[in-house]
Amino acid sequence: MKLKFALTLGVAVIVTAAAAACGGPPPPPPQPAVDSAAIRDSIARARADSIARARAREDSIRRARERDEAMRRAREDSVARATTAAVRAMLQARVNFDFDRSNIRPGDARVLDQKLAILQANPNLRIQITGHCDERGSDEYNMALGNRRALAARAYLTDRGIAADRIGTRSMGERQPLAAGSNETAWAQNRRDEFEITAGGDRLVRPGGM
Amino acid sequence: MTAAAAPRRASVHVGVGRALGTLLTLAALAHPARAQDTVPPVEQGVRIGITYTPGQRPGLLVLGGLRAAALDSIRAILERDLDFSDRFEMISLPAGEGLTLGMVGSAGEPAPADPPATGSPAPFVNYPLYAALGAEFAVAVDPGADSNWAAVSLYDVRGAGERERARVLLRDPADPEFRLDVHRVADRLVQAATGEPGIAASGLLFLVRDRVYRIDPDRAGFAPVTPEGVSAFSPTWDPRGQRIVYSELAEGWGRIVVHDLRTGARSVVPPTTRYLNYTPVVSPAGRTLAYTRSDDEGTDIYTYNYAANCCLERLTVGRFSDNLSPTFSPDGRQVAFVSTRAGLPQIYVMAVDGTRQELFAPFDYGVTGSSFAPEWSPDGTRITFHRDVQGSPQVFIMDVRSRVVRQLTSAGRNEDATWAPDGRHLAFVSDRTGTRQIWVIDIETGRIRQLTTVGGASLPAWSPRFTQPTPP
Repeated sequence: MKLKFALTLGVAVIVTAAAAACGGPPPPPPQPAVDSAAIRDSIARARADSIARARAREDSIRRARERDEAMRRAREDSVARATTAAVRAMLQARVNFDFDRSNIRPGDARVLDQKLAILQANPNLRIQITGHCDERGSDEYNMALGNRRALAARAYLTDRGIAADRIGTRSMGERQPLAAGSNETAWAQNRRDEFEITAGGDRLVRPGGM
Repeated sequence: MTAAAAPRRASVHVGVGRALGTLLTLAALAHPARAQDTVPPVEQGVRIGITYTPGQRPGLLVLGGLRAAALDSIRAILERDLDFSDRFEMISLPAGEGLTLGMVGSAGEPAPADPPATGSPAPFVNYPLYAALGAEFAVAVDPGADSNWAAVSLYDVRGAGERERARVLLRDPADPEFRLDVHRVADRLVQAATGEPGIAASGLLFLVRDRVYRIDPDRAGFAPVTPEGVSAFSPTWDPRGQRIVYSELAEGWGRIVVHDLRTGARSVVPPTTRYLNYTPVVSPAGRTLAYTRSDDEGTDIYTYNYAANCCLERLTVGRFSDNLSPTFSPDGRQVAFVSTRAGLPQIYVMAVDGTRQELFAPFDYGVTGSSFAPEWSPDGTRITFHRDVQGSPQVFIMDVRSRVVRQLTSAGRNEDATWAPDGRHLAFVSDRTGTRQIWVIDIETGRIRQLTTVGGASLPAWSPRFTQPTPP
């Protein structure tokens, strides 16, 4: 048996060598004894699985990043909203007046100083000032008095550098009382300027120092 | 009215299709005249032979002639109108007498020498009875049979004769203008008796919750004028009473709107589309508007030639003061207004071109309260305004020549007075009953009556007289 195998091997070597020496085509290699289609499928699945896992990892990472970003934005929005609300509240703080007067009282000047800083810190911000009166005086005179009160607050702000076209004024006279009643408590509340944002108020910046 | 002489006889006939008869209106002098002013005869055939004493209220009696619903309606309207003229003392007849006018030829009365052309039974004016009641006047309203024109006769009870007669428009009671026709009859009666026409044929505007309403001086005809949803302010009339003018408020601005009551058409006065424009007033000639504008420069008075649609003029330049609430003098040459140039608002006057501005109603600096809402009287001799007195507004009048100021009211808060076309009545806002209502005061007698019951009323404006169409 061993001899036979040796002879066969020798013949094969000789034939091979002869063939090589003669330059003829080599014989086809022996084919493996496996199903190549199955292998390709297997490889494809392996690749797909690998890609899916990679994508899952990427998705997971992206979602995590997005969650982090959303949380960060939410925190920022929350802060911004709180800031905007606080600034709005400061901006909408009313100014009150003495009976039949339109001059800005010292305490109310500090209220207007806050609005001045806010307008300076938010250059796109535009506001409207509405002057109101108590029920005393004629209905028609109170229209003029309300206008004078609105103009007084606007003058305070424009005298300190705010562009006049950023501040509109109007008067409601005695037509929109804040408090009902015919007594000084009600009248004092009704003699007022109100401040409304007309543009640029979606995201307000808090002035430094506030 | 044309003069006629038919003593102790009153013509009457019953309208076939209108079921109207004759009314007799009797007026009596409730008090003897102390210082009588004899009213001179008026031109154009009108002869007033009676006497009338300002400050006195002659008694007046309205009788029903026939039992017709229309007559009862006429009688009721006439009674209110004549009562609200504040020139007569209304008298009630003894029971039953009011509806039983004696007819011509009835017991104790002579037959007429010249019977009525219509052949209808004619009432006689029972002069002795009404004289016994103190009657001064008797008035017969003869509606006529076939037309919308009626005859009104004024009888002098003491003289026992017909003194005046006039043809007046008196349409069917179903006609929307019927009440106005009766008001005009009442005004003619007042004129015949006193020499001055009444104020029944007029109307008042006022605000309730930003809407303009209208009411007649006898409290009838209450109705909205401006559309629902329109925020109106400071209404006024044009001199002919055919249009009203007011400020229409929106978003803090106010534009002046001219509203034609006949057609309902509304138009905006061009220069008033920006800013807050209010307190419009029409010049006596009906061509120029004066109004207040509040804008970035303050509050000042402007005029605009509305008829020619041109020529905006600024009459005041306040800078550090407000100027508002203009009112024309009846000759159109002057404008009274409110100004804060001396601190508190007070009443000033200027020429219609804005020159010669000066204080009008005197005040003591630091003592006199703020003064508002001036309005010049129709005859030009007085202005009314309201002034703060110890914290409450009260209605005042000022004699233009002497500049003497007189306080008219004291109960509650009284403000924004407006003259009736007779120049002796004022409508104003008062809260004396707890809510803001329109009241009317007769400045000669001091009699005050409540006009509205709606609550929350403000800014009244009394119309001119709605004059009667010319008879055919």
